[in-house]
Amino acid sequence: MVWPTLARHLLNRPSPARAAAPAAVAAMAARLQQAGQHRLGRSLAIRHVAAGSCNGCELELRATQNMIHDLTQYGLSFTASPRHADILLITGVAARNMAEAVRQARAAMPDPVLVIAIGDCAVDGGVFKGSPAITGGAESILPVDLLISGCPPTPAQIIEGLLALIDAHG
Amino acid sequence: MTPVVCTAEAWAKLPGRFIALWTSAGQAYALFDTGLFSTALRDGAYPALSPLHPGADWFERLAHDLNGHVAAGVTQSRTAIEHFLNPDGSAPWPEFAAAGEAVHQIAVGPIHAGIIEPGHFRFSVQGERVLNLQARLGYSHKATLAMMRGKSPRLAARFAARVSGDATVAHGIAFAHAAEAALSLAVPPRAIYLRAVMAEMERIANHAGDIGAIAGDAGFAFLDARLAWHREGFCAAADAAFGHRLMMDSVIPGGVAGDIKTAGAEAILRALDALESELPGLTRVFEDYASLQDRLVGTGIIPPALAEQLAVGGFVGRASGCDTDARRRPGYPPYAALDLAVPVETDGDVAARIRIRLAELIESTRLIRKCLAELPDGQIAVAPPSGSGMGVGVAESFRGAVWHWLTLEAGMITDVFIADASTLHWPLLEHAAATGIVADFPLINKSINASYSGVDL
Repeated sequence: MVWPTLARHLLNRPSPARAAAPAAVAAMAARLQQAGQHRLGRSLAIRHVAAGSCNGCELELRATQNMIHDLTQYGLSFTASPRHADILLITGVAARNMAEAVRQARAAMPDPVLVIAIGDCAVDGGVFKGSPAITGGAESILPVDLLISGCPPTPAQIIEGLLALIDAHG
Repeated sequence: MTPVVCTAEAWAKLPGRFIALWTSAGQAYALFDTGLFSTALRDGAYPALSPLHPGADWFERLAHDLNGHVAAGVTQSRTAIEHFLNPDGSAPWPEFAAAGEAVHQIAVGPIHAGIIEPGHFRFSVQGERVLNLQARLGYSHKATLAMMRGKSPRLAARFAARVSGDATVAHGIAFAHAAEAALSLAVPPRAIYLRAVMAEMERIANHAGDIGAIAGDAGFAFLDARLAWHREGFCAAADAAFGHRLMMDSVIPGGVAGDIKTAGAEAILRALDALESELPGLTRVFEDYASLQDRLVGTGIIPPALAEQLAVGGFVGRASGCDTDARRRPGYPPYAALDLAVPVETDGDVAARIRIRLAELIESTRLIRKCLAELPDGQIAVAPPSGSGMGVGVAESFRGAVWHWLTLEAGMITDVFIADASTLHWPLLEHAAATGIVADFPLINKSINASYSGVDL
């Protein structure tokens, strides 16, 4: 019956809140941190920027998300906002017209940031090396942590490179 | 091919269906379905064609931004290739006028939300309604044309293959056609058929991926997932047959770079079988789901009159009543022998563009089967001789006709121009976007899928 319960609650003071033992809280926090580093450390958000590509690399990047390659199963996903991103992934040559946009995207990302250059163009300018409209590869705009060559690299090569980078950074 | 030289007066009144306009050191060239015309530049200027042929507008801006040549008679308020950096390193931002009461602007790009190329879109909106869209491109300008000059056709083909990566085969074929026309070079029949197999594989891969992506943009993940799976199948088959998932650098002037590999044909046929068995079901899903059709039907309409005025090609034109296909007119081998069917509709909305592409998927599967069954024996390439001349080449990419023009002297390219189908699609996107609300833009944009790199050059 609801009435006796209601009456008891109205007449009595609430029982004191349960407080956990400080030692137990500390132990759980340590375990969470460990698990977090293990699990969340492998969950990285990628912001892709095409800095002057021919759109071939974009096709293969998109193919990493299809159900055959399924990049998401490794805890890697693409994000729209640079502010949510851990990895800045650059495709294409460093077109002069994109340099400012790339710098701004990098500046909008919270540190630490890993910068990856994907495709021959982003590695060193590729076939466009020496073009007056470009400054070279991605490294001519920003320091780069990983280069994945290929024109374009296959989805499997892209995923392999990304996983290698995560392994190297623990 | 030699152009018909005309006076400035005759030039300004050229009749016919406009295809492309470009300039070289001393000449302005205009390509129509009636032929190639040229007129001498006077003080770096030529009479504008855009008053009579609105499609010429983007080309005139390109001619100005690439070569500094001015179209006399019109005032160009916008650029095609923005050069964003001042000599002192600062980047000026162009003014966009927003007129009217309660009109505000939404700025998007150059970095977009998805995995796509860079470009800036400026929407003028009133509430949800888009009043005006201006696309500012040129961010991925790589000076492709400048890089091609002074190289042999075989070397320059690597740049033609990278004008637009998703249409790498079509650009390769158009460039090869231009070089072969300039050198009067006959291509072995086996190479012609292998080129057609590659071109149709590319068409299927892109159509499948794009149709799925449009459904995905409407929140319909099932079609996106299934069609991306088929796209992947065709990329894998291309890898098995030609050694590259996008078949980049597979087409070279004089033929093709490599023969189809052992078991390559079987891999292609398996991908075709898989697509053919599932496509009717997927088409039914596309047609039957009211929530999906609600987003697509009547969205982003390009009226046939506007498409005709701009003389636009590709599936965008064919969905708006323009019965054009470069495979049929002007036509190039082997399509005359393949009995090509070209679907045409007049609705001009996103749904019509998808229906055209669904029909082309079926047609392309038939063409590939026929080409593989009738594949001639023999050589796959001949070496281009060192010669001089001028050539125009065309190929129908999945987007529409891509045109390449070049002049050769002693085997080296002295001048070149490339007109991607997107050059005529961007003005149409600006128009189509202004027929709807902001939320429809991703669908409209994807349904046209103009190439950024292809017009940034």
